[in-house]
Amino acid sequence: MSARRIFARPARYAAIAPYVWMVLFFLVPFGFVLKISLSETAIAQPPYTPVFDLAAGTAAFREAFAALSIDNFRLLVSDNLYVLSYLRSLVVALVSTSILLLIGYPIAYGMARLPKRWQPVAMMLVIVPFWTSFLIRIYAWINILQHDGLLNQILLTLHLVSQPVVWLSTDSAMYLGIVYSYLPFMILPLYATLSKMEPALEEAAADLGAAPIEVFWLVTFPLSLPGVGAGVLLCFIPIVGEFVIPDLLAGSDSLMIGQTLWLEFFMNKDWPVASATAIVLLVLLIAPLLAYDRLQRRQLEMR
Amino acid sequence: MERHKLSRFNIASLTLGLAFLYLPIVILVIYSFNGSRLVTVWGGWSLRWYHEFFNDKAMIDAAWMSVRVAAASATVATLLGTLAAVALSRGEGFRGRPLFSGMLYAPLVMPEVITGLSLLLLFVALNAERGFWTVVVAHTTLTMCFVAVVVQARLGSLDRSLEEAAMDLGCDPVRAFLMVTLPLIIPSIAAGWMLAFTLSLDDLVIASFTTGPGSATLPIRIYSEVRLGVKPEINAICTMVIGLIAIVIVVASLASKLSNDRGESAAPL
Amino acid sequence: MAEEAPGIEAALEPAKPGPKAALPAAIAPQPDMPLLRIEGVAKKFGGFRAVDGVSLDIAAGEFFALLGPSGCGKTTLLRMLAGFETPDEGRILLRGRDIAQVLPHERPVNMMFQNYALFPHLSVRDNIAFGLKRAGLARENISARVAEMVALVKLDGLETRKPDQLSGGQRQRVALARSLARRPQVLLLDEPLAALDKKLRESTQAELMELQRRLGLTFIIVTHDQEEAMTVAGRIGVMDAGRLEQVATPRELYEAPLSRWIAEFIGEVNLFDGQVESREFNRLVVATREGGTIVAAEPRNPVTKTTVSVAIRPEKVKLSRRGPVSDGTNTHAINRLEGVISDVSYLGGSTVYKVRLDSGAIVRSSMSNTARIDIDAYSLSQRVVAWFTPDDCMVLQQ
Repeated sequence: MSARRIFARPARYAAIAPYVWMVLFFLVPFGFVLKISLSETAIAQPPYTPVFDLAAGTAAFREAFAALSIDNFRLLVSDNLYVLSYLRSLVVALVSTSILLLIGYPIAYGMARLPKRWQPVAMMLVIVPFWTSFLIRIYAWINILQHDGLLNQILLTLHLVSQPVVWLSTDSAMYLGIVYSYLPFMILPLYATLSKMEPALEEAAADLGAAPIEVFWLVTFPLSLPGVGAGVLLCFIPIVGEFVIPDLLAGSDSLMIGQTLWLEFFMNKDWPVASATAIVLLVLLIAPLLAYDRLQRRQLEMR
Repeated sequence: MERHKLSRFNIASLTLGLAFLYLPIVILVIYSFNGSRLVTVWGGWSLRWYHEFFNDKAMIDAAWMSVRVAAASATVATLLGTLAAVALSRGEGFRGRPLFSGMLYAPLVMPEVITGLSLLLLFVALNAERGFWTVVVAHTTLTMCFVAVVVQARLGSLDRSLEEAAMDLGCDPVRAFLMVTLPLIIPSIAAGWMLAFTLSLDDLVIASFTTGPGSATLPIRIYSEVRLGVKPEINAICTMVIGLIAIVIVVASLASKLSNDRGESAAPL
Repeated sequence: MAEEAPGIEAALEPAKPGPKAALPAAIAPQPDMPLLRIEGVAKKFGGFRAVDGVSLDIAAGEFFALLGPSGCGKTTLLRMLAGFETPDEGRILLRGRDIAQVLPHERPVNMMFQNYALFPHLSVRDNIAFGLKRAGLARENISARVAEMVALVKLDGLETRKPDQLSGGQRQRVALARSLARRPQVLLLDEPLAALDKKLRESTQAELMELQRRLGLTFIIVTHDQEEAMTVAGRIGVMDAGRLEQVATPRELYEAPLSRWIAEFIGEVNLFDGQVESREFNRLVVATREGGTIVAAEPRNPVTKTTVSVAIRPEKVKLSRRGPVSDGTNTHAINRLEGVISDVSYLGGSTVYKVRLDSGAIVRSSMSNTARIDIDAYSLSQRVVAWFTPDDCMVLQQ
C-alpha cells in the first residue's frame, strides 16, 4: 500500500466535524429558505404562515403543507420591480467583471514578471487592502467622492470644473466601489496562473517570429485561461448579490437584487418574498456556481 | 539571470494598480487627524475624533462585541477549516467528497444576502436567541472556507517525503502528521486565523441578519452612521481598525519570518 | 537511418525566407566573410561580467559547440545570438549585417530550448506550424512543410497529440522540428540533450549530426558535457568566466590545450608542475616539484616562462613490470616513473590504474582491454613502471 493510501484513511476522519457543521449551517438553512418562500407573510411571530409545529400532530402538519403556495414566485415574475432588479444585477456584475478583468490582468501580469524575490512582497501589497475592512474602504471612497470631498476640491483647484461634480449616488461611483473592492479577487487567481508559466514559452514564441502582441494572444493568454475563469467567477457570482456597495454609492432609482432582498426583509418585514427572491437568485447563479465548483475541483486534483 | 523582462507598461500598471488600492486608505487615515469637521478645511493635526470615539459608549460596545465575535468565530473556523483542509489534501477520494468540497467552497462566492437570510431562518426555526452566539456561528460558517483555502495551499506544497520519512522511522500516520506536518503548517494556520478574524470583524451583511437586539457589531454601527453622511468620528474608528489589522499583519509576517528562518519554504499565503 | 523520400532534398534546400526573416537584398553573402561573426561582445548583469569580450567566427555549415562549466557565460552568449539579451559592447554580424539590436522575432535565427518549451495548449502539428504561420506562408505550404518536418524527425502518426501525451524523446523531436521548420540560417541548441538518458542521448547526438550534415545548416550547441561537445562538434569554443579560452577542433583541444585549466577541463589528465631546467635539441627538461625529472617535447609555441606544467593523458601512460624494452636510440629519452598500483577501476572497454609513485605523486594510466582474457592485468599493490615518451607530453604555461 502506498504511503498516500496509508495517510488517506485517518485523514478522512478529519472531514467529519466540518462536514456536519456545513450540512447543519449551510445546506439545511437552504431548506428553510425554500419553505419560507412558499409561505405567506403574517403579522405574527414569526412573521409568516404556515408554521410547521411538530408538536401539533400529523393532521396539522398536512394542513400546513397544503397552505404552501408559489404565490411569491408568481409575484417575482410578474412584477417589473423584481425583474428589472435581477436584470440590473446581472448587467452590473457583467460590466464590473469585465472592468475587473481589464484592470486586473495587467497588474497580475506585472506581478508575475517581477524578479522572484519581489513577488511575495507584491502579493502582500495586493492582499493587505483586502484585509483592511471592506466597509472602511467603501467609506474611504465616500469621503473622497462626496460633494465637498477631496476629488472635487482637487478638480476645483485645478480649474478643471467650475462647480463641484456629483460623484456619489451614481452608477459610476458604484462601479468604482465594486472594482475597488473586488480587485484582489481578480488579481490573485490570475497571478497564481501567470507565475506558474514557463518564461521559455514566451521566448520560444518570439523566437519563432511572433511579435509581442502575438506572443500574448497566442501563448500567454490561452495558457492563463484557468486563472481567468477562476477570477471571473470569483467576482461575478458575489457581485450579482451585492448589497453594501450599491446601497452606499449608487443612486436609489434602480436597485440591485441584494438591495431588493434587504428591503423586503428589513423594511417590509416580508420574509416570504425575501426568501423567494433569494431562491430565484440562487437559481440564476446555479450555472456559474457549478462552473466554479468544477474549476475548484480541477485545481484540487492538480495538487 | 533575469528571464522575466519588466516592460514599462508592466511597471506602470503595477504602480498605478497599487496606488489605486492604497490611496483612499491613506487619505482616510490623514483625515482622521483633521482638526476641522469639514473635509474642505484642514484644521491642523488633532486627536479630537479619537476622543469622541472613546466617549461614545454605543460605539465602544459595538467595537468590543465585534472583537469578541471575531476572536471566537476565527478560532472555531480555524479548527474546522484546518480539519477540512487536511481531509481534502490528504484524504484522497471518499464518498461524499464532491459534496463536501462543494459545500466548503461555496461560501467563498455565495452572495452574503443569501447566506445571511438562510442562517437567520434556521435560527428562527430553532427558536434560538439571536445575539452573540448566532453571529459567531454565522461568521464561522462564512470564514471556514477561507481558512481551508490557506491551509490547503500550504499542505499541497509540502514535501510528502517528510511524512514518509517519519513513518519509515516508526510513527503511525496520525503521529507523523502531528509531529512533522503540523509544526510546518502552523504559520498557515495562524495566517488563516487572522484572515478569519479580519473577515469577521469586517462583515456587515451576515451580522445584520443574524444578530439580535442590543448586540450590534461595529460594522453595523458604522453603516448606520454612514448612511446619514460622513462623520469625522468614523475616520478615527476606521483608522484604528486599520491600525489593529496592520499590527496583526506585522505579527503574522514576523511569525512567518521566524519559521522561515527555521528553513521553511515560501510565505504561508 | 532510413533513406529519405526523393524530393525532400530539393524541398529542404535554402528556401526563400518569410517576410519577417528577410534580409535587405543589397547585402549579398560575401565570400570571404564567415556566416556569423561575433566581435568583442560583452554583457554585464549588475556588476558581474557574464560575457567578457568574446570574438568568434563561425562558418556556414559548421556544427559548433560552446563548452564550459556552469556560469561561464555560454548560455548568455547563445541568448544574445537569439536576441533574448542585447550585448553591452560589440557586434554580432550575420552575413555581414549587425543583428545585435534586432528583436528575436525578426531574426533569421531559431533556437531549440533546453526544456523544449513546447506550447502545451497546441498539438504537435500546431507547434511545428507556429513559426510558419508567423512567417505568413500560405496554408498549403504550411501543411506541406509540417509534413516534411514530421517525417524528418520521425514523428509520423503523432501530429494530433498534445505535448503532455508524448514521451521525453518525442517532445525533443517536436522541439527540433519546430525550430527547423522556418529553415533558419543558424540553429541554436541550448543543452538540448540534458534531460535524456545516456542511450537516448547518444542516438540523438548521432541523429543531430546526420541532420546537420544532410541539411547543410549551421548548428551552434551549448553544453557543459564535454563528451557531447567532442562527439557532435567540428569545432569547440571553450569558455570560462565569460572569456573564450580556446577555439579548436576536438583533437586539438584534447592533444594541444592552451592552458592548464583547459587540459583539466577536457578529459582526464596527469599534471606535473615544475621548473624548466634545460633545453636540448627540441626537448625540455623539467624538474618536477616532487623531485623527479621529465623530458618533454618542445611545444609549437615557444616556452617563455620557467614555471610550467607538464600534462600527459592517461592513455599515453603505459604500464609494464620492468619498464619499456630497450629501444636502442631513444631509450634514455623515455620517461620512467616507478611506483605501486593504488587503485584499479575496470570500466569495460578500458581499465584505469592509479599508480602511487615513489615520489608520492599519483599517476593515472588508462589501458584498453584489447583481449577478453587478460592474464597480464595488474593488481593492487603491484610494483610497476609507468612510462611515456617526450612527444606525449604537453607543456603548458599557466
